[in-house]
Amino acid sequence: MSKSSEPIKGKAFVLGKNVDTDQIIPAAHLVYSLEDPEERKLYGKYALSGVPSQESGLPQGNIRLTKEDETESEFKIIVASDNFGCGSSREHAPACLEIAGIKAIVTSSYARIFYRNSVDGGFLIPFESYEDLSKEVHTGDELEIDQENHILKNLTQKKEYKIKPLGSVADIVHAGGIFKYARQTGMVAER
Amino acid sequence: MGMTLTEKILAKHSGNDRVSPGDNVWVDVDVLMTHDVCGPPAIGIFHKQFGEDAKVWDKEKLVIIPDHYIFTNDKYANRNVDILRAFAAEQDLPYFYDVGTDRYKGVCHVALPEEGFTRPGEVLFGTDSHTCTAGAFGQFATGIGNTDAAFIMGTGKLWVKVPETMRFVFEGASLPPYLMAKDIILKIIGDIGVDGATYRTMEFTGPGIKALTMEDRMTLTNMAIEAGGKNGVVEPDEVTDAYVKSRTDKPFEKVYSDPDAVYHSEHFYNIEELVPMIAKPHSPDNKATAEELEGTYLDRAYIGSCTGGKLSDFRAAAEIIRGNKVKLDTYIVPATTEIARALETETIYGTPLIDIFREAGCKIGNASCAACLGGPSDTFGRLNSEEVCISSTNRNYPGRMGSKQAQVYLASPYTVAASAVTGVITDPRVFIQQTVI
Repeated sequence: MSKSSEPIKGKAFVLGKNVDTDQIIPAAHLVYSLEDPEERKLYGKYALSGVPSQESGLPQGNIRLTKEDETESEFKIIVASDNFGCGSSREHAPACLEIAGIKAIVTSSYARIFYRNSVDGGFLIPFESYEDLSKEVHTGDELEIDQENHILKNLTQKKEYKIKPLGSVADIVHAGGIFKYARQTGMVAER
Repeated sequence: MGMTLTEKILAKHSGNDRVSPGDNVWVDVDVLMTHDVCGPPAIGIFHKQFGEDAKVWDKEKLVIIPDHYIFTNDKYANRNVDILRAFAAEQDLPYFYDVGTDRYKGVCHVALPEEGFTRPGEVLFGTDSHTCTAGAFGQFATGIGNTDAAFIMGTGKLWVKVPETMRFVFEGASLPPYLMAKDIILKIIGDIGVDGATYRTMEFTGPGIKALTMEDRMTLTNMAIEAGGKNGVVEPDEVTDAYVKSRTDKPFEKVYSDPDAVYHSEHFYNIEELVPMIAKPHSPDNKATAEELEGTYLDRAYIGSCTGGKLSDFRAAAEIIRGNKVKLDTYIVPATTEIARALETETIYGTPLIDIFREAGCKIGNASCAACLGGPSDTFGRLNSEEVCISSTNRNYPGRMGSKQAQVYLASPYTVAASAVTGVITDPRVFIQQTVI
């Protein structure tokens, strides 16, 4: 779907650094169809199921992204430390987070293939923060991302942080992915 | 101002005289590779976006190599191979290496060179992060997702942000007898960190690199992604020429970095001064020397994958294992069927490698990715509980080889084999001094 520049609101889910793609979606689960409307929900069920329990939902830990037997999460925004999404090229990683209901991620840095897949597949919006916010934000805090002014608001803690503009990928993000962007710019014929 | 090898390839493939780091360019793709995990969703997106009757942009340039979840009873995994098979038939693809046939190859990153698809100067994309392996042949090769692969299937093009290049210069005449390329790359990753090369090219050069075989160079570029690199690359030379020309008649044009190319940074090493290295759980940059970890508890040893399952990797392991019994459950998984066959014919003092492993009590699996990335629960060698494993593979984040309770130590095949024989982490220098003449 297209990603508007409206504010993104929702509860935070906080993770540490080097959360790799095997933690985001363990390899045993990469077999489900992403097209079948029922089967694809399994990706929401298992999203972030590879994160060691004590590091899942910081600072407390032992919090699941999606509750047992559910496929959609109450959390909407992931806040994490450096190198989020390192490891494999599996596009199932940003896809499973979108299926679980995640709208945006805010981290201090990304691994490049995860970042690219998030943008080109139009799954969610990968924002970068200037500092590591994973020690500031608590899982469950109510957040709001003001895309126009590049600000992350923590409504629970009444704090604000500047985040980086999307830069050269903004057009692809707001088009909703590489195919929509390519159609808008005439690279690929309209269907 | 000159250009690096990577910049030159991207300039040529985007129709530009020159490109600079940070430029976004659309490049023409020479080869797109996909496999059984990411192929089916890429095919789904291709049909959705270009139509049910759409044809791929160039069937000579699309290579499909099922390799991940092959020897399993998982119904979803087997369905994914069926999807590839149907697509190959529908598109009349000449380069589909189907499971259960004589054409079946095994691990894509080792199969691509064997089948002549890694050619200097070209652009190769693959739906797998270790696609960067092919940079060993002096080409631009990197991993992409399903959506980007579907885009290439329909258009033959993809946008690329031109990366800055980090240059790693190696002095030294040859690798010491106890050292492998795996030790070199674990040392580099340990030094710069798992995000030390994010968005960048890692270019490996110098006399120490020229002295390496093609398989050694592949081990280096293979793990560029473990430092976050976009691609890894080695300048082509007569070693590259000899390998590529033995595998394909297709012409290629070698490309070299200019002497006045601009680099992000330069890093200097001497291959003769390095020692056997290990990455401790749970990160490829959690470095230690094998000597420092001597005696560490282990349950299992694993030799396989695109990183550590090539013929030279098994030859190295067999040198140490020969004449011994393994004290750990030791899994041997050749990357490809060609390597599996070579294990029967390659010998040390007249004994085939496969017999050396069998007589030592190793368990031998079929060519595939197997337990390197865990996979379905019935995968050969998978860590299903709290096992502690020493492995010649590439990644050791929590859960990588199966259970997130397991622990994985990454090391060279020499170090894995030495540890398999003693039952605890062991510096291979002890064995090599005993056995190598």
